[in-house]
Amino acid sequence: MVWPIAAVVLCWLAPGWNWWFPAGPSGTGAAMSPLGERIDDLFYMILIITTVTFVGTQIGLGYVLFTGARRSDQPEDAEGEKAWFSHGSHNLEVVWSIVPAAVLLFIALYQMEVWAEYRVQDAFPKQVIRTGPLAEVTARQFEWRIRYPGVDAEGNPLELKPDPQPTDLYTVNDLRLPSSQPVMIWLRSEDVQHSFFLPELRVKQDAVPGLVIPVWFEAIKSTEYSMLCAELCGWGHYKMKSRLVATPEDEWRVWLQELQVEQNYDGVSDESNDE
Amino acid sequence: MSTATPTAETSHGHGHHDHAPDKLALLKKIHTFSTDHKVIGVQFLITTMLLLFVGGALALGVRWQLAFPWETMPLFGKLFAQQGGQISPEFYTMLFTMHATVMIFLVIIPVLAGAFGNFLIPLMIGADDMAFPLLNALSYWFMWPAIACFGASFFFAGGPAGGWTSYPVLSAIQEAAPGSGTAQTMWLLGVTFVGVSSMMGSVNYMTTIINMRAPGMTLFRMPLTIWAMFITAILQAFALPVLTAAGFMLLFERTFDFTFFIPGGLVVNNADPTVGGGQPLLWQHLFWFYSHPAVYIMLLPAMGMTSDMLACMSRKPIFGYKPMVYSMAAIAGLGFIVWGHHMFTSGMNPALGMTFMVSTMMIALPSAVKVFNWIGTMWGGRLQFNTVMLNAIAFVSMFIVGGLSGIFMAAVPVDIYIHDTYFIVAHFHYVLFGATLFGVFGAIHFWFPKMFGRTMNEGIGKLHFALTFIGMNGTFFPMHLLGVAGMPRRYADPYLHPYLEHLLPMNQFMTICAILMGFAQILLLVNFFVSIFAGKECGDNPWLANGLEWSAPSPPPHGNFPSVPIVYRGPYEYSNPDQPEGLDYWPQTEPPVPKPVTSPVPAPA
Repeated sequence: MVWPIAAVVLCWLAPGWNWWFPAGPSGTGAAMSPLGERIDDLFYMILIITTVTFVGTQIGLGYVLFTGARRSDQPEDAEGEKAWFSHGSHNLEVVWSIVPAAVLLFIALYQMEVWAEYRVQDAFPKQVIRTGPLAEVTARQFEWRIRYPGVDAEGNPLELKPDPQPTDLYTVNDLRLPSSQPVMIWLRSEDVQHSFFLPELRVKQDAVPGLVIPVWFEAIKSTEYSMLCAELCGWGHYKMKSRLVATPEDEWRVWLQELQVEQNYDGVSDESNDE
Repeated sequence: MSTATPTAETSHGHGHHDHAPDKLALLKKIHTFSTDHKVIGVQFLITTMLLLFVGGALALGVRWQLAFPWETMPLFGKLFAQQGGQISPEFYTMLFTMHATVMIFLVIIPVLAGAFGNFLIPLMIGADDMAFPLLNALSYWFMWPAIACFGASFFFAGGPAGGWTSYPVLSAIQEAAPGSGTAQTMWLLGVTFVGVSSMMGSVNYMTTIINMRAPGMTLFRMPLTIWAMFITAILQAFALPVLTAAGFMLLFERTFDFTFFIPGGLVVNNADPTVGGGQPLLWQHLFWFYSHPAVYIMLLPAMGMTSDMLACMSRKPIFGYKPMVYSMAAIAGLGFIVWGHHMFTSGMNPALGMTFMVSTMMIALPSAVKVFNWIGTMWGGRLQFNTVMLNAIAFVSMFIVGGLSGIFMAAVPVDIYIHDTYFIVAHFHYVLFGATLFGVFGAIHFWFPKMFGRTMNEGIGKLHFALTFIGMNGTFFPMHLLGVAGMPRRYADPYLHPYLEHLLPMNQFMTICAILMGFAQILLLVNFFVSIFAGKECGDNPWLANGLEWSAPSPPPHGNFPSVPIVYRGPYEYSNPDQPEGLDYWPQTEPPVPKPVTSPVPAPA
């Protein structure tokens, strides 16, 4: 009578296990930044710990249910096994308080370094601190406006100033930065709160109105990455589709020079040159 | 146990002189302004069960759009949207905002504290009613202005569009979104009314539990349900004022041009630049200072009720009663210092990220202790696999999933990536649906006989459980994978982004499961209402449980107990070998046999 029900209960629980395992490989594959790789390592570490815990506790639960079902199958009045009479065990309580506490504390402390490197400015890579920000990304409903410093006569990028300069260059929804080196941007918002999200690089940072937040990352490969908004910003939240194009630094400089030429192009002078 | 039936006609002149108490006594009064805690409990229960369907329908709208973007929705399509049944992005925003609002403020919080808190607290501690019956009635009736405000907000342009978190500047400036106008104001008023309702309840519960326990009901003889309600009431009393204050600040900002949250110089939707020097992060701090404890407000009562159900259906005492109490207290205490984990990517000081990570990791500890104790409670018991037990087991099993997925997000570096993706959506649905709602379903089946003197149908109950369990896991488990795949939440059309395109089939599978789960709830409703009239009649103690509530008639008359009950032992003396008649339960009111009744009356609290 009770057996089939108990069995069915466990069958209901089973999908819980079966569905866990495919969770590992993300659809996006490996992280495309050194920090992202370390984040993934931490993710897998927690995944292993939680999977062990999950399987362990569910097996424990299943075992308890099976034995309990067997016990209640026996007739109650005869020599059938009674339920144990126990109010608990102090030793067990101590064990299962201290062990998880140690594991959790370990997880917490183990994460500190990566977090510090990602977010604490003193721990930013030296190169990033030396070169300063290469672009300023301003989110607005529903696009990303990007401001780059202009280039000087020799074609070298100028320093990006906090306030817009006449020499500045602009793009929309198209962030271009050098690859294979840590780069920093300033993140701002012009209207509501947005969030700057580079899934392949494992970067996410809210753009908070009124704050200028420095964000650094390093793209390993010279290619195009998705860039989107991860904080509800209005009806067009899903539409803030844009891209990060990482190129070798010299290509990036050339692109910046071309951008300047294109932006300073005013048709009139071009025509007069032709004559 | 011999049913202690009406010996009380002389002491209570409330007109319940008939020997077979009217089983529909509570139902007959639900339209009245009754101050009887049981009527209020049933009022809350029925209201929230009906609102569960509203919240569920909104969720199905969200699911439809994610599975079949921009396609006309069947059934609800005509009702829902303006453009030929298509869900517009604004409408989608409103759908998920209101789904969360209805489920959190109008279903889960009221069903736990309002319905079960009201119904059970006086019965379980042996009181004749709440300490403040009038306040209690008001706490129910204040739900209605809230429902009216939330309902009205649907009809103003766009509907509330800020998400249930209502982050400014989006929620503060009218131009920011179609729904940031009057709809948002109505929404804020609704939250305020709900807050008033909860606050009246929580003051009442605390006073009642502290002052009105029956003789012998010491603090450590209280059922865990009562402990949970007590701790929840404390949480609410301390956390709610912050939300209410924040809500008023936002209201002032919207209506009187105050600038608490809006910084200067913003150009929103081509409106004039804003003036002032507010800080949007302030709202997030205030909001989560309430809303994180609110998570435990939405969980602890279900934990308590599940503990009671598990002990009864395992015929075993709670494993580690005191650790259970202490861990609930620890959850409540730590619950106040973890709110920052909602803000890891918000741009607050990174040092805070570290602090909140440690405190958040630590709050997993009492939860783990509770899980181990629940398993310990079932260990070696004579398990009764009825609907109540199945739901209670599901609570434990699902809570494990929800708890473990929380560890990922507590780890700040990992949270950088999975923050605001579907991973978090999976996590909190496992906690709020997987744990809390299964606990509530179990509790409905468990205490239904006390409300209406009949039991609910077991067959339908099990079918409802099976469908809900399958649908729930089918809907929410794949969300973890979506989150790992980087799908952000609150996207009306994630497939605009190439790296998310392959997720469409998975989303369709989830939506089918969600529809199954949604329609399975009709079974619950049918079972509930049919059983009120046609359920199998049962005695006062159909589960052979120990709690005080089972010594009162079903349904308990006005005043609950024929005479003031005296409590001789804790609520979990199941299968005690010392039980004189060899029964596997030993009600709290049963005097110990070998000793004379007069001498060892336990110390009053």
